[in-house]
Amino acid sequence: MSTNDIRETFFLECEDLLEALEEGLQDINDQSADGAVDSECINAVFRAVHSIKGGAGAFKLDELVHFAHTFETVLDEVRNGKLLPDSDVMGVFFRANDRLVDLVNAARDEEPVDPADNAAIEAELNKYAPAEEEEVDAGDYTPMGLSFDFELPDLDDLDLGPAKTQIGYEIHFRPFDQLYGNGNDAAHLIRALSELGVVTAEVDTSGLPAFETMRATGACLSWKITLMTDESEHVVLDVFDFVDGLCELTVDPIYEEADTPVDDDGDTGAGEELEMADFPEDDAPEATAAAPDLPMASAVEPADAAEPRSAAKQESGQAAAKTTKATIRVDLERVDRLINVVGELVINQAMLSQCAKEAGVGSGTEIAAGLDEFKQLSREIQESVMAIRAQPVKSLFQRMSRIVREASHATGKTVKLITQGEATEVDKTVIERLADPLTHMIRNAVDHGLEKTEKRLENGKDKVGHVTLTAAHRSGRVFIEVSDDGAGINRERVLQIGIEKGIVDPSADLSDTEIDNLIFAPGFSTASEISDLSGRGVGMDVVKSSIQSLGGRVTINSTPGKGSVFTISLPLTLAVMEGMVVQVAGQTMIVPLTAIVETLRPEREEIHMLGTGDEVVSVRGMFLPVVDLAASFGYRSAQPYTSSQVLLLVNTDDDHTYALTVDAIHDQRQVVIKGLKENYGDLTGIAAATILGDGRIALIIDTDAIYEQNTAQPTLMTYQPNAMGASQ
Amino acid sequence: MTSAAVAMPDTNSTEFSEYVAFRTAGQDFCFDIMKVREIRGWTEATVLPHAPSYVLGVINLRGSVVPIVDLAARLGLPTTEPHDRHVIIIAVVNTQIIGLLVEAVSDILGVSEEMVQSTPDVASETTKAFISGVIPKDEKMIRLIDIERILPQNDLES
Repeated sequence: MSTNDIRETFFLECEDLLEALEEGLQDINDQSADGAVDSECINAVFRAVHSIKGGAGAFKLDELVHFAHTFETVLDEVRNGKLLPDSDVMGVFFRANDRLVDLVNAARDEEPVDPADNAAIEAELNKYAPAEEEEVDAGDYTPMGLSFDFELPDLDDLDLGPAKTQIGYEIHFRPFDQLYGNGNDAAHLIRALSELGVVTAEVDTSGLPAFETMRATGACLSWKITLMTDESEHVVLDVFDFVDGLCELTVDPIYEEADTPVDDDGDTGAGEELEMADFPEDDAPEATAAAPDLPMASAVEPADAAEPRSAAKQESGQAAAKTTKATIRVDLERVDRLINVVGELVINQAMLSQCAKEAGVGSGTEIAAGLDEFKQLSREIQESVMAIRAQPVKSLFQRMSRIVREASHATGKTVKLITQGEATEVDKTVIERLADPLTHMIRNAVDHGLEKTEKRLENGKDKVGHVTLTAAHRSGRVFIEVSDDGAGINRERVLQIGIEKGIVDPSADLSDTEIDNLIFAPGFSTASEISDLSGRGVGMDVVKSSIQSLGGRVTINSTPGKGSVFTISLPLTLAVMEGMVVQVAGQTMIVPLTAIVETLRPEREEIHMLGTGDEVVSVRGMFLPVVDLAASFGYRSAQPYTSSQVLLLVNTDDDHTYALTVDAIHDQRQVVIKGLKENYGDLTGIAAATILGDGRIALIIDTDAIYEQNTAQPTLMTYQPNAMGASQ
Repeated sequence: MTSAAVAMPDTNSTEFSEYVAFRTAGQDFCFDIMKVREIRGWTEATVLPHAPSYVLGVINLRGSVVPIVDLAARLGLPTTEPHDRHVIIIAVVNTQIIGLLVEAVSDILGVSEEMVQSTPDVASETTKAFISGVIPKDEKMIRLIDIERILPQNDLES
C-alpha cells in the first residue's frame, strides 16, 4: 500500500519534472538561436532528468533508469559546455524527451516498451556522449585546478613576498556507497560548496569499473574540489556534516603569496572558457579573476556572516530560475466536493434572499444589508474556489509541441510552433478534455495546412512553416487559436469531396464559410485522406463534437495562400455562468448572457412572414430569423410573435445572429451549472441545468444548437450525439 | 440444522434480502431496498424538452438534478397523474440517481431467493423486459422490477 503511494507520488512528480524538462529544452532551444544559453535552463533540464533517473532507480525501472542515464550524460556535456546545443543536438534532445515521456508513461501503466525504440534514440544520444568524455574532462580542467595547487608558480614569483595568505581549500572527496544509500548526493554537496566560494571540481573516474561489472548502487567516483573562499575551515566541513563517516574526506588549505602568476595563468584559461561563462560549477574564469581580490577581502572583513549563508543560499540558488511558489497537491475529489458545496451555498443564498423578499423585508433593513453582504461573500468564495481548479494552459501547449515535432518528422516539413498566452488559466477538466481535439487540429495544421517545403519556397514563403497556438481570455470565455501560415483551405477540393461523399448537394450554392465548415461534417474526413498522420478516421467532426461537449465552439477562418485559423471558444469554467432568466411557455429557463447581443420588443409590423410559417424580424435594416423557443422545445405548437413577447438577439459562435422568442424576461444572475448528463443524458438544445432561488430546476439553453436545429443547414449536418463517445 | 438457521439468519443473508414494495396503476411492485436512497413527496418537476413521455422532468434533490420517471408509463401502463399524495422513490442505480413516481409505498418485504419466481411467460415484451420476477405475498403478486432497465438511456437496449 505505502509503496504504491510512494510510487504514485513519484509518477506525479515525474509529470512536473517532465514538464520542467520540456520547458527547459524549449528555452534552451530559443536561447541557443540567440547564441547565449542561460545556464539555469540547462541545470533545470539536467535536474529533471536526473531526478527521474533517481526516482526510477528506487522502483527498479531499469529501462527508464538506463535511458535517463544516457540522456543525462549528454546533457551533462552541455552543462559542462563541451557540447553546444545547436539545432541538431536539440532535435535529438527533444526526441529523447519524447521517449522519456513514453517510458515514464509505460512504467506508470506497467506496459512493456519496445527496446528497439530506446536503442535508436540512445544511439543518437551516444553520438554526443562518447567515452572521450573523461579525457576531455581531464584535459580541460586539470590545468585550471593545478595552477592553484602546484608549487611551481612560486618559483617564478618568490620575490614577491613570503607571507602566505590562505585563499581556499583543496578538498578530496570520495563518497562510499552508503552516502548515496542515505539519500545524499555528491552533486548537492559540491553545489553547497559553491555557495561558499568559487568551486572547481574535478571528477576522478579511475575507480569506474567496466560497464558490464558496474553496480547500480556502487560509488565509484571521487572528486578533487578546489574551493576559493575566505570562509574558515569549519564552515567548509559543515557542508559535509551530514555525510560524516560516509565518505573519505580531506580538506587542505591552499595558500597564495601574490596575485600575479595566477592572473597570468588565469587569462589563458579564461580565454578558453569564456563562452561557457554562464555555466555554474565551472566558473573557472571568475575563479581566476576573483582570485587576486580574495586575500584582500579576507583581510578586510573576517568571516562572520558566513554561517547562515551556506544553508539558506543553497536552497535559493537551486530554485533561482523558477520563481517557486508554495504549492500543495490536493486530491481533485476534495476540490470538487468543495466546489459542489459552495455551489449549494450560492443556491442557498439565492433562496434566502428570495424568502426575505417574499417575507416583506425592506431593502433598508439590517437583514437586507446582511443578506447583501452574504451574497457578495458567497460569490467571492465561489470565485476563489473556482480558481483552484483553474490551471494555465501551458502544460497542454507543451504537449502540443511534441505533436508538432512528431508531425513535422512524419511529413518532412520544417515546422516551428509558436505559443502565446501560455499563462491563460482554464478549468482543469477543460484542459484535459481539450488535449485530444487540439492534438488532432495541430496534426491537421502541419499535415494539411502547411505546404511542402519546396512549395513554400516556390511561393516565396519562409522555408519554416509556422503553427501558432494562442490562448486568451475574452468576454468571459477562453479562446484558443490554432493558426498556420500554410496554403489555406482548398475550397474547390473541399466542395468536391463534400459532393462526392454526399454531404452536400451538388446544386447547393455555398458561401466560403459554409465550404470551410464542411470539414466539420460527419463523414467528411475518413479513409480517402491518404496520410498516415491525420487520416486516422478521426474526422474534424469528432473534434467539433468533443469541443461542443465542453460547451465550446470551433470556427474556421481561412485565407487562400495565407493560412487558416481555427478558433476554439470555451467557457471559463464548467461550474458557473452569467445567465438571463426567461419565461418560456410557463417554464423558467436560462439563456447564457454571453450569447445575447440585445433584447427587443418589436412591434408586430417589424415582423415579416417568410415562406409558410417562418418569421423574420427587421433590426436596423437587417432581417433576422425568429425562432419560437417554446415551439422549438415542443412545449406548444408554433405561434406567431405577439407584442407581449420579447425577442432576444443571439449571436452564435459562427457569427450568425438570430432572434429567440421568449414570453418574458425575469432577471439576470449568476447561475451554478448542474450537469444533466450524469443522471439523465444529453438533450438537444439544452446545455445544462441550474437551480433557482425557489429550489426549482431551470434549464440552460444552448443557443447554438437551437440555431442549428431551427435553421435549414445547407450541409445536411445531422448531429450525431453518439459521436461524442469517440472523443473520450 | 434448522435451529442453527434460526439462530443465525445472517449466515444466509445472501439469499435473504429486503425489498421496498409499492403500488402504482393498480399493481404491486418492489425492488431492492439497498437501491433506495429516500422516499419523498411529489414536487413539481421541470419539464425536459424532447424527452420521452414517461420522463416527467427533473427535480432538485439537494443540489443534484434528478430525472423523474413515471413508473406506470414506463411499464406501458396508464400514466399517473401526479398528485400531492403520490411519492417519489429516489433510487441509486450504479452511479445514477433517478426518481420513480408511484402512487404509494406499501411495505418492506423480507424475501429469500427461493421465494422469487421467474416472470411467467406473457405476451408483453415490455413486461418481460422490466419485470425480473414475481413474489407471492398474501394472495397478492408483487412484481420485482429490474431497476436498471428503467433508466431512460437504456431505452434502446430493452
